[in-house]
Amino acid sequence: MNLAEIQSRMLDAIMQPLTSGYNTPQRARDGRRMREVAAEIIKPNDRLTSFERLQIYNRQYWYRILDSLEEDFPGLLAIVGRVRFNALAKAYLTDCPSRSFTLRDLGSRLEEWLRAHPKYAAPRTKLALDMVRLEWAEIEAFDAAEPPVLIPDSASDPDPRFTLQPYLRLLELHHPVDDLLVGIKAEMRESEVASNAMAPRARHGRVRKIANRKRRTIFLAVHRQGDSVYFKRMEREAFRMLQALGGGKRLSEAAETAFSEGRVAESGVKKSKIKESDIPALMQDWFENWSSLGWFAQPESAE
Amino acid sequence: MPANRFNGFTDYGVGIGLRIPHYRHILSRRPVVDWFEIISENFMIDGGRPLKVLDQILEQYQVVQHGVSMYFGSPERPDREHLRRLKQLVKRTKAPWVTDHLCWGSVDGRYSHDLLPMPYTFEAVRHTAEKICQVRDFLEVPVAVENVSSYAEFHVSEMTEWQFLNEVVEKADCGILLDVNNIYVSSRNHNFDPFEYVNSVPVERVAQIHIAGHSKFEKYILDTHDHPVIDPVWALYDRAIERCGPTATLLEWDANIPSFDEVHNEALKANRYLAKVEAVG
Repeated sequence: MNLAEIQSRMLDAIMQPLTSGYNTPQRARDGRRMREVAAEIIKPNDRLTSFERLQIYNRQYWYRILDSLEEDFPGLLAIVGRVRFNALAKAYLTDCPSRSFTLRDLGSRLEEWLRAHPKYAAPRTKLALDMVRLEWAEIEAFDAAEPPVLIPDSASDPDPRFTLQPYLRLLELHHPVDDLLVGIKAEMRESEVASNAMAPRARHGRVRKIANRKRRTIFLAVHRQGDSVYFKRMEREAFRMLQALGGGKRLSEAAETAFSEGRVAESGVKKSKIKESDIPALMQDWFENWSSLGWFAQPESAE
Repeated sequence: MPANRFNGFTDYGVGIGLRIPHYRHILSRRPVVDWFEIISENFMIDGGRPLKVLDQILEQYQVVQHGVSMYFGSPERPDREHLRRLKQLVKRTKAPWVTDHLCWGSVDGRYSHDLLPMPYTFEAVRHTAEKICQVRDFLEVPVAVENVSSYAEFHVSEMTEWQFLNEVVEKADCGILLDVNNIYVSSRNHNFDPFEYVNSVPVERVAQIHIAGHSKFEKYILDTHDHPVIDPVWALYDRAIERCGPTATLLEWDANIPSFDEVHNEALKANRYLAKVEAVG
């Protein structure tokens, strides 16, 4: 057996999902007995069989990636509960093993996977999807680049394009998962400093309350200030304008996009309630706020 | 002996791993520490708090980069994005040498995020050495490879682990990050004499030494980095620096991390052994 064959067989074996008792399964996915697979590659010693030695690596692999996913998605865990989270995580990581040198990227395909496998979060799939999107946005916002902030120039283009900071993520959500996640993290911090047997029950109650609320669209910016990630809810029009600017549109085009949605109200898009006469002042407020938060970056070509 | 071409002719003393629970203490108290080792992958990012902390650390301290996912023994060629980010970090830290493990951990782009032991074959020697050379040539800094702890041995192995290490570093002309705790752990798991391992290492290639604690189970020992260093590991360290001379030494403590002072004091125990060697000098 050459090096590539050994490595391929061993990695396949290590990535076999553990049983519910956290043991290596007796059969490999191709139906072969795992004891035979292990014995072909690994030597036994005076204390451990080949299978037991393989099991050390099999367990280490799953413990590491399950811990990592749980650390990145505490909100999802709170929504689906411990038992279902473990099943979801195991199924996701079996279908989508890490393809990055860093564990930071482990959850990068979770939203897409959960959309294709909604049963793992049912009946709270939509809530879970909102939470996954938020938690992944938080990961991305935490360590994204922060190029120099744009300095306003009065002599600049009257109808400019803007470059948004790479850490800024814009999410259209249907549940207040931002509030839920902030609450869950606060509880986690409290339970770190004190024994808090009530925490899981309180978390469950908080999830139930939010899951039962009537769905309404929330426009959220996930951004970074200093070293911390924050959530900021926005008006629909402000959100659409930032989206359009982020998509490369000029200011006038972005404004058109943000405020004209109502004109296609018959297609089901909610009409803007903002009066046309209020738009200039509103836009000024938004841009002052966004500039003070440093959300506009200097374009790459600028010195 | 301590300053050699594999550690950039530096003479670093006793360092510890830079870990998140200690950030506040280090940045506010500015303790005297010879050097810090960072896990490269934690800083191969575009921005945010980790890089800001690192820049503050670099203002005052010497830093060496230790990687966990280059996987010199894996079948694929080095990932270009990984190399690009690693080199970018080297430029930031100005690390005189970089280290990663003599192991494998990925196949066809699937990552185990573990440090898997190599089959000790001549084919593996050629493959691994070639990859180390590719990485070193790209990074343009000396590279040292670390022996890993292991819990399995392969039927196909044609030599001992220390013979494999020696073959690889000779062929790649690279340095060694000698982890004496890993030698101890593997010696107990595979029934060999750890001193035979330490005595066989080409001392002129040792760029750095790792010390750490581990966890003992009924039938094997696991390299957990969550305890103080035990006496048999200190004995191996003693022998290693007796052979190598006073070498840059780093204590790893990665789980159940106690206070900064406790970790640093554990690391500074190495000075007892270093002083002995320096006195003999």
